[in-house]
Amino acid sequence: MANMSNVLGLIFANMHEQTVPDLTKIRAMASVPFGARYRLIDFPLSNMVNSDIEEVGVVTKDNYQSLIDHIGAGDEWDLSRKTGGLHLLPPYGNSYGIYRGRLEALAHIKPFIKNANCEYILLSDADVIANIDYRPIVDFHKNSGADITVVYGKGTYNAEQCATKTILSVNKSNEIYDVLVRPEMSGEFNVSLNMFVVGKQFLLDLITDAESRNLYSFEVDVLQHKLHDMKVMGYKFDKPFFQIDGISTYIKSNMALVNKNLRDAIFDSDSPIYTKVRDDAPAKYGIGAEVKNSLIADGCVIEGTVENCVLFRGVKVGKGAVIKNCILMQDTVVGAKAEMSNVITDKNVVVSEYRTLSGTEIYPVFVNKGATV
Amino acid sequence: MKHVKKECVAMLLAGGQGSRLYALTKDMAKPAVPFGGKYRIIDFPLSNCVNSGIDTVGVLTQYQPLVLNEYIGNGHPWGLDRVHGGVHVLPPYESSSGKSWYTGTANAIYQNISFIDRYNPEYIAVLSGDHIYKMDYNAMLDFHKKNNADATIAVLEVPWEEASRFGIMTADENGVITEFAEKPAEPKSNLASMGVYIFSWQNLKKHLIANENDEGASKDFGKNIIPAMLGEGNKLVAYHFEGYWKDVGTIDSLWEANMDLLDPNVPLDLHDHNWRIFSRNPVMPPHYASEKATIENSMISEGCTIDGFVDFSVLFAGVVIEEGAVVRDSIIMPNTTIKKGAVVEYAIIGEDCVIGEGAHIGERPEAIEDKDTWGVAVLGHSVTVSDKAVIGPKAMISENV
Repeated sequence: MANMSNVLGLIFANMHEQTVPDLTKIRAMASVPFGARYRLIDFPLSNMVNSDIEEVGVVTKDNYQSLIDHIGAGDEWDLSRKTGGLHLLPPYGNSYGIYRGRLEALAHIKPFIKNANCEYILLSDADVIANIDYRPIVDFHKNSGADITVVYGKGTYNAEQCATKTILSVNKSNEIYDVLVRPEMSGEFNVSLNMFVVGKQFLLDLITDAESRNLYSFEVDVLQHKLHDMKVMGYKFDKPFFQIDGISTYIKSNMALVNKNLRDAIFDSDSPIYTKVRDDAPAKYGIGAEVKNSLIADGCVIEGTVENCVLFRGVKVGKGAVIKNCILMQDTVVGAKAEMSNVITDKNVVVSEYRTLSGTEIYPVFVNKGATV
Repeated sequence: MKHVKKECVAMLLAGGQGSRLYALTKDMAKPAVPFGGKYRIIDFPLSNCVNSGIDTVGVLTQYQPLVLNEYIGNGHPWGLDRVHGGVHVLPPYESSSGKSWYTGTANAIYQNISFIDRYNPEYIAVLSGDHIYKMDYNAMLDFHKKNNADATIAVLEVPWEEASRFGIMTADENGVITEFAEKPAEPKSNLASMGVYIFSWQNLKKHLIANENDEGASKDFGKNIIPAMLGEGNKLVAYHFEGYWKDVGTIDSLWEANMDLLDPNVPLDLHDHNWRIFSRNPVMPPHYASEKATIENSMISEGCTIDGFVDFSVLFAGVVIEEGAVVRDSIIMPNTTIKKGAVVEYAIIGEDCVIGEGAHIGERPEAIEDKDTWGVAVLGHSVTVSDKAVIGPKAMISENV
C-alpha cells in the first residue's frame, strides 16, 4: 500500500460554483450543505484523511466565511496536528487579484507547495460526493509512471450536464488520448471527477510555465493542449458517486441517499465521512408525526407529515404541516398547517403557519437563507 | 510546571459500580451508561461544569473504567482540552506509603488533594456522576460566596413520602443547615441533597485529613464530613434548586428519566442551545425512516434505520428496526438491531444487541394480572436473542438467549 505521508492534499473550494448559483450566492461550493448534515467539503476532506493523507491545503477564493466556520482547525477530521494537518489558503498578496482558474490558483500558493514536505500532490474539487480510497490511486500513479493521473467515472449525461464537465477518452492501457472540455453533447461518457494525482516537481514546473505564458486553465491549457507531451493516465472509480452539475442533480443526489445500498457505500462505517459536530439532541417525533422515506438529522422536531424529504439539523415541522419532496436546510422552521412540496429552503428559513409553497420536480422553489415566507 | 490558579475546581465522583443497574453496569461504570438517545450519564455534570465556566474537572474513576476513560479522552467534546486545567481522569494509584482503592467519597477526594492543590483553588465543587439535570454551578458558587459559607449543599424539595430515600437537610429560615440525616426513617424536612456540594477548599482539606486519620470513619461525605462540619460549627447553607433532577441509579428511574425526555411537560429541554449537553458525537449519517416506518412520540438518533413501528421510545445511534418489528415504551442503546417481527415493550436493551426475528421482550403492564411480577425487562450489552425467543417482564439478561 502506498506511503501516503508524502502526499499533499489540495482542495479547491470555489470551483463549479456556477452550476448551483442559488446555493453558492452566499457560500463557497465546498460549504454547500448536503445530505442532511454534511457540507460538500466533508467528502474530499474525509476521503483524504481516511486514505492516510496527513497534510491538506484548502484553496479558497471568495465567500469562504462559512467554510472557515465549518472546518475550523480541522479537529473533526483529526487534522489538527503538530506536523502537517489542515491549512486554509485564502487569496494572498495583491499582485495577482482573484484567480481565473486552477493554474492561477496554484500559482498563488506556489510557496506553500514548495515548502510542503511531499513528493506527490492530490488535487480535488468539492463537487463530488463519494467514498474514495486514494491509496490505490496513488499506487496506480506511481506504478504507471504517469505525469498526471485523472480520476474518472462513467455515467450518462445530458447536454446541459456535459457543458459543466471534462470528458475523457481512455484506451485499454488506461491512457487518456482525448480531452473535451465542457462540450454540449449527451450520452454515456467517462467524466473527470476533478481529482488529479501529480508529482510535486512536475506540478511546480507546469505552474511556472503557465505563469510565463499567462495560462490559467488546467483542463484546457494542460490536459488538453499538452496531452501529447505528457503521460496522462485515467483511473476509473467504479463505486457510486454523485457529481453536482446543477440544481436538479443536487436534489437527486440528496434524495438518492434514501437508498440503503447507496447510503452504506457513501457512508461506509470503515471510512466514515466526518463533519462539524453541533451537539444537537436526537430528533424528536411528536404526537401526530408521520414520516416516510426521509432522511432526518439530529436536532429536528417533527410534529407533522414528512414524505420523501431531507431534513438538516434543527429543522422544526409544526403540527399538521405537510411537506413532500423537500430539502430543508439547518434550522428551517415550518409553521403549523403549512404545506410545501418540491421546495428547497436554505438555512434559517421561517415558513409561516398555513402557508402553501409548491414547486415542481424540474423547477423547485428555492427560498434564500434567513427568509421568512 | 507552573499551574495557573483556578478559583474553583470540580471533582466528579464517577467510580461507583451502580450495582442496581445490574446487567447495564456489568462492563461499564454507571456514569458511562448511555442515556437520552446520544448521551452518557456523565455528559450532564460535565456539560454543566463547562456551561458554568468551570474548566478544571477531575473525574474519579475506579469501577470498570475502560469505557469511561475512552469516552472522556482528552475532553475535546466538552471543550475541556485546555492548556491550563481541562478534564483529568483520576484513578486510584500506588504511592510510597502503599496502595489503596478509593474507600469512600471523602477518601477519593483525600487521595487527590495534591491534584487539587496544584490549581490552588478557593473552592471545590464535589459532584455525583450519576444524576440527570441542568444546573448553573456558578450561580451556586456566587450564593456560597455571598453567604460566606464553609459548605453549600444543593437541595431539592421532594415529596414527603419519598424523603426517607435521600440525604435530608434541615435548615433555618436563613437557609443555614442545622441538621443532616442520611436516609432518615422519620424525616424532619423534605429538603433532599442532590449530591452537589461546594466547599471552601482549605477548610474541607482540614476535614478530609482529620477524617482520614480517624480509623473508625467510613470516609464518606454524607456519613462523616458533613456531620463533622456541623459538629464543629461550620457554616453550611442549603442552595435551593428548582428544575428537573433525577437520580438514575435504578432500572426504573433510568427508564423513567429517558421517558421524561419524551414528555413535553418535563422541564429538561435538550434542544436549548444556551445550555447544550455536549457529548462525543457518533460519526454516522442522518437517520432514515422508510416507507414502512411508523414513528411517534420518540427520540431517534443519527445512524438509525427504521422500517418498523416505534412509539414512546428512545433510540440511540445506529439502531436498526426491521420491517414489522414493534418497539414501544423502550430504550434501545447504540448499534442494536431489532429484527423482523420482533416485539419489544417496556424494555431497556443494551448496546450492540441483536433481537432475533419474532422474539418478544418485555410486556405491557395492562397485560399482566399480578402487577408484582411486572417490571421493565433489561438486556445487557452485546446480547443476542434468538428468533422467536420470549423474555418476560422484569427479566435481567446478560447472556445470549
